[in-house]
Order: sequence, then structure tokens, then C-alpha cells
Amino acid sequence: MPDVDTVDEGAVRARVRDFLADHDPAGTDRLEFLRARFDAGLAWVHFPPGLGGLGLSRALQQAVTDEFAKVGAPDNDPRRIGIGLGMAAPTILRHGTDEQRRRYLRPLWTGEEVWCQLFSEPGAGSDLAGLATRAVPDGDGWIVNGQKVWTSSAHTAKRAILVTRTDPDVPKHQGLTYFLLDMQAPGVEVRPLRQITGEAEFNEVFLSDVRIPDGDRLGAVGDGWAVSQTTLMHERVSIGGGIVPREFGEIGIVAGLWRERPELRTHALHDQLLRGWVDAEAARITGVRLTQQLAAGQPGPEGSASKVIFARLNQQLTSLEVEMLGEEGLRHDDWTMRREAVVDFFGRTPVHRYLRAKGNSIEGGTSEILRNIIAERVLGLPTEMRVDKDVAWKDVPR
Amino acid sequence: MTDLLYSEVEEALRASVRALLAARSPLPAVLRRAESGETYDTHLWHALAVELDVVGLLVPEHLGGAGASAREVAVVMEELGRAVAPVPFLGSAVVATTALVGCLPDTEADGAEDGGPAAAAAADPEIAAKLLAELARGERTAVLVVSFASRAGAVAVTVADGRLTGTVTSVADALVADVLLVLTEDGLYVVDATDPGVTVTPIVSLDLTRQLCDVTLDGAAGRLVAAAPAASAAVASALLAGSALLASEQLGVAMWCLETTVDYMKTRRQFGRVIGSYQALKHRIADVWVDVTQARAVARYAAACLADGDPDLPVAAALAQAFVGPVAVRTAEECLQLHGGIGFTWEYPIHLFLKRAKADSIAFGTASAHRAVIAGLVDLPPA
Repeated sequence: MPDVDTVDEGAVRARVRDFLADHDPAGTDRLEFLRARFDAGLAWVHFPPGLGGLGLSRALQQAVTDEFAKVGAPDNDPRRIGIGLGMAAPTILRHGTDEQRRRYLRPLWTGEEVWCQLFSEPGAGSDLAGLATRAVPDGDGWIVNGQKVWTSSAHTAKRAILVTRTDPDVPKHQGLTYFLLDMQAPGVEVRPLRQITGEAEFNEVFLSDVRIPDGDRLGAVGDGWAVSQTTLMHERVSIGGGIVPREFGEIGIVAGLWRERPELRTHALHDQLLRGWVDAEAARITGVRLTQQLAAGQPGPEGSASKVIFARLNQQLTSLEVEMLGEEGLRHDDWTMRREAVVDFFGRTPVHRYLRAKGNSIEGGTSEILRNIIAERVLGLPTEMRVDKDVAWKDVPR
Repeated sequence: MTDLLYSEVEEALRASVRALLAARSPLPAVLRRAESGETYDTHLWHALAVELDVVGLLVPEHLGGAGASAREVAVVMEELGRAVAPVPFLGSAVVATTALVGCLPDTEADGAEDGGPAAAAAADPEIAAKLLAELARGERTAVLVVSFASRAGAVAVTVADGRLTGTVTSVADALVADVLLVLTEDGLYVVDATDPGVTVTPIVSLDLTRQLCDVTLDGAAGRLVAAAPAASAAVASALLAGSALLASEQLGVAMWCLETTVDYMKTRRQFGRVIGSYQALKHRIADVWVDVTQARAVARYAAACLADGDPDLPVAAALAQAFVGPVAVRTAEECLQLHGGIGFTWEYPIHLFLKRAKADSIAFGTASAHRAVIAGLVDLPPA
């Protein structure tokens, strides 16, 4: 095992090249190639050896990704398995047993097993800890009943991370338990959830007497809240940060439209466009600084800001795009219910972009909840009054 | 991409400047000085020059300066903004210094070709070198005589036989300057502020902690330090540096407002609760924090581009003024409102920061003027 402190970017790149010398990406089956890459510790270098990593700094991952991309090696299609990579994996790594880590992380990373997240419920959105899906002990396992909602990838997922209530007699945060669920288990029913764009990117998931072996429990009974915090922390980090080029995303679309369509230009729109450009560039540079802080080991509170900024900006710019188009902005391509495999915020029509952006300030923590987090955890202001904090979950009005 | 974090050296510099300002320039004293006959604090300036040795950060080492980069200067600007310190740092240590550095022989060479041998021969670059050395030691302060609202230096002064005549209004930091740098059609002239042909008239200014003045020259004697067009290039680079680094001052203003208001929200009680427990107010201050967080990244980017000679500097500087200026104003306005009645009193210092923020948002051109600059730089032409 290489020493963390002495491995630099050059050494990591050399390691990838050595691997590629032994595994010709063109001549190897895609899945075999990905499995071998995982086994060589080149999947996610900050993970421990034996689990797809080398125990190195996360900052070195980009060099690895670049080296593989340079030779056109097959990748694990990260956008298709974003929930597994971004949320399930770090949670399993942190809270899983050795057996769970060995069993789940490799097929998660190679994309053989797509993961989804069974957290939100019709009665538990921002107040996730109030969730009602019940898991009761049954021999060497558990029986689960309840309903989850806003589950992306549920229709393609093989596995799920799931939070349930195992003890209704204690206050809400204390009675939760976290599981890894086989989506093919009897009693799991996935139904599309149609959204304002007409398509069904998300699902409702009904759990009726679903049996989960106790070996698929993640963390201790009653520790579900702490385990889910790991998941949620990684969810927010994965939105809005990172280094992207100037005019990446919606601002690039709007600026491109301005350049290519002089007949759409007005003085009033010009000022709106420039304000949007300035805001987008400020947000981009903020993302760069956040990434530098993370790489330097100073995980600053800026992360909480990223998602609030992105949501507001994307809504403002998609709205401007439709307005800029005038009559053309009245036209859309298709309202029929589609089931896209990959979410694309910037694809399809201006109308689709405008409508999809409305979800940005709701999904993954509403902007209002994020403002609470900023005010309370960053600025140290008093927490909101919580009338249900010391009350047994079953006695809270709902 | 450019490093946008603060180095350990910069943090140490920040700590020493902050400690000095806390000891020598507490806000009640700043407020009293604003209504006195001496609105600039020359003792504080002397301490910055001699005790901390920070007024010559941008002066090259061979002329006795620190030869430091704009990154360190930006940190000093943050702290001066955070204290609304009444010193001519921006005018002398940033703008005038950058203009003079632009007049030094090696940097002047390119411009001299365009100006022709006759024009170049008349300018004496040694003046710039000597003056920079004096600025670095804190013996004198200089100012570029342009309107504080000016994004690009306009020529308002004529010259005949080395005698300068004309009026420039709303000049910042000229009130305590020993040396005036004056742009004419012929080039940039150095004028002694004590010359009998110089009249500096203080004006009642929006910003109480940076009093402006009108400068009138009536046949004042000047020495040519750079001939046109090298002079125009030097002035342009000085104003660009001013735009880029003013963002750090604006960030400092916003930081004080945010920190002070958060503290206030934790102690002020109404209806039996601290006001910081009300969600309507928590969300407002959270939005302020989000703004300030972005402003910090944008200000650091402008300082880094200036320090590195990055070709993106014109965009970075315009972005800084288009984004950070309005953030500082909005922050001061929000913080005044979140303070309620006390924020509207003369005694409480928020108004000093509001006035500084609003004045700064016009300095070197307004946000909309800078958006227009961006439009030209990134190919987003007007209708």
C-alpha cells in the first residue's frame, strides 16, 4: 500500500498507465475492465485499499479520471448511478460492516447494481425524521410497510438505501433504523410520479410486507438518523460545487441564444442577461473556491450556499430564456409522460428547462431548510422551535 | 485555476492590521473624526507606513518597497474596509502607486514607441522611481487626480509651458496628498500639492470616512513623469487595479456588517426571545451570508488576477465591481434594517458602513457601467 503522504499526482497517473498497459480498454469486456479497475484501487482513490481505492487524498481522483478518459476507456456512466456513487457508497463505507462493504461497493461502482434512495415520504419531506414507514422485527429479519416518494431511479434500481421507523414510542430522531433494500424483493412496487414537465423522472415506492434480512441493516437499531446524516451531507456536497468552465450550464444557453439571434435583443433583456451573467460567473468562482477549500482540507461552510445559489440562478436564467424567445417561448415539444433514464437539467426545450428548474429549490433540501441550516449551523443563531422534539413519535399530531 | 484561498502569510498580515486598527482606530473615534476638521487620520497612516510597513506593498523591492503582490494588498484593503479606516491607502498605496509603477522606464518602453521620440524625451521616469521610494517609506502620499466616480481617466487639465490649469471634481484621498498626479493631453504630470497654483477644496461627502475634494489647478508647476500614450496606459492600469482591489474593501465593509448584525441578533430580545430566533430574520441574514460568501470568492479572484498578471484581469475587475459593490450595499442596507431603530441613529456606526458601501458602489464606475464593460469583453453586444 502506498504511503498517503508520498503519493503525488504523477505517481497516480503512472499507476493508471501501468494498469492500462495490462488491461487494454479496447480489447477487454467493459464490465471486466471496470471490475479490474476497481480491484486495482483505481475506482475512487480516496476509498480504502480492497474497496476500490488506495487510501489517498480525494484531490487525486481527478488525475485518475483524466488518465482513463484520455485513452477513451469505458467508464461506469456516473450520471446513471449518481445516487449510488454520491450517497449510498459513502454511507456504506462509513457505517457498513466489512461484509456489507465487500458485498455492495464493487457492483455499485461498476454500475452492475443501480441504487436509489428511499427517504422522503408523502408525510415527511423537509421533516424527514418524522417518517412513518414501519419496520418490525420478524425472526432473523424485518418486515417493512410504508410509502416512499420522489425516488429517482427506482424503476432502474437493483438496490435502495432505506430509512424506517423501528420504535414509535420514542422521539422521532431516536426511533429510526437504516437498511439496504433489494428492490426485487416481494412487496416492493414502483409507480411513476408524473411531474410538472409531463414526464416521470421520479417514482412512488410502495412497500407492503417487504422482508429484509437483518444482515442488510446499516448501523445499529435506532441509529438511522445518524446514518442518514452521512447520506444527506454527501447529497448537498454533490450539488453546486466543483470546477466548471465559464458559461457552463444555463448561462451558456442564454448567452449563446443572445449571440446567435440578434433579432431577439432588447435593451431591457440585455441588462437582465448581463445581471445573470455576473451572477452565474460569481457562482462559478464561488464553486471553484469551495473546491479549493475541500482540496486543502478546509471544508468551509460555503457548501451550504452552493445549492441555494444554484437553484435561484437556474430559475432566474431559465425564466429569462423563455422570455427572451417571446412567441417561440410559447411552444413546447411534448407533454406526454416520458421515463428518461438520466436527468438533464439543460436538455430539451426552454419550456422544459424553465419548469424543471422549479424543482431545484425543493429537491435535496428546500432553499428554506438550507437557509435554516446556514442561520443555525454557520451563523450560530437559535434553532427553530421544535414542539415534537421530546415527544414520542406516535403522539405527535399528523 | 488561480488560488482563491488565503495563505498563512496573508492571514498573519490580516491579524497585524486588524490589531492595529482595533487599537488606534476604534469606531467611536472614527465617527468623532468625521465631524472634526481633520477627516483623515494621519497618525494611523503613519503607523501603517512605519510600524506595519504596508503602504509600500506594491512598490518594487529595488525602490525600497515590499514588492508584494496584490493578494496581500487585498487583505489590507479588507481590514481597512472592515474598520472604515480614514486613511488614503486606496488613493496612494494602490492607485497612485500603480500609476507610478506604470511610468517606470521598463514598463514605459512600449508606450514610448507610439508616442514618438520627442514626447518620450520630455518625460523624466526618474521622478517616478524617486517618488515611489518616498511613498514606500511613508514620507509622502500621492493621489491620481481623477473623479472618484471615473472608470476611465478623463483629461480635464490643460498644460502650457509646464504650467497646468483645470479643475477635477470629487477626487478621493487628495485632501492629505503631498503629490498630485495629473493627466493631460501631453501625458502624466507630477504636481506638488503645496504649489501656490493648487487649490484643494474639501466637499461635504456621502462617505464620512473618505472625504472627497475638488482640485483646481491655476498655472501650477508640473513635471512630466510619463508622456502620452504611456501615461494613458499607466492611468488605465491604475484604475483597473483600483477596481479590482476596491472589491476587497467592499468585502471588508460587508464582513463587518454581517458579523455585527449576527452578534446583535443573538443579544437583542423582543417578545421574550432573541430576534435571531425568528425565521423571517434568520432567512434574511442567511441570504446576506450567501451573498458575502460569493463576494469573497469574486474579490479574491480579482486580486489573484491582478497579482498574477492574468489576461482575465479586465473581466475579473469588472465582475468584482458589478457583483461585490452591490453586495456591500445590500449587506449594509439589510443589516441596518435588521438592527431596527438603533441602526438609524447617528451614534451607532452602521451608517458609516452604509455610506462607505454606497459611495464605493459608484467609485471607479457603477455596477451597470461595469456590466457594460463585461458585455464588450465577453461578446454580449447590446440591442
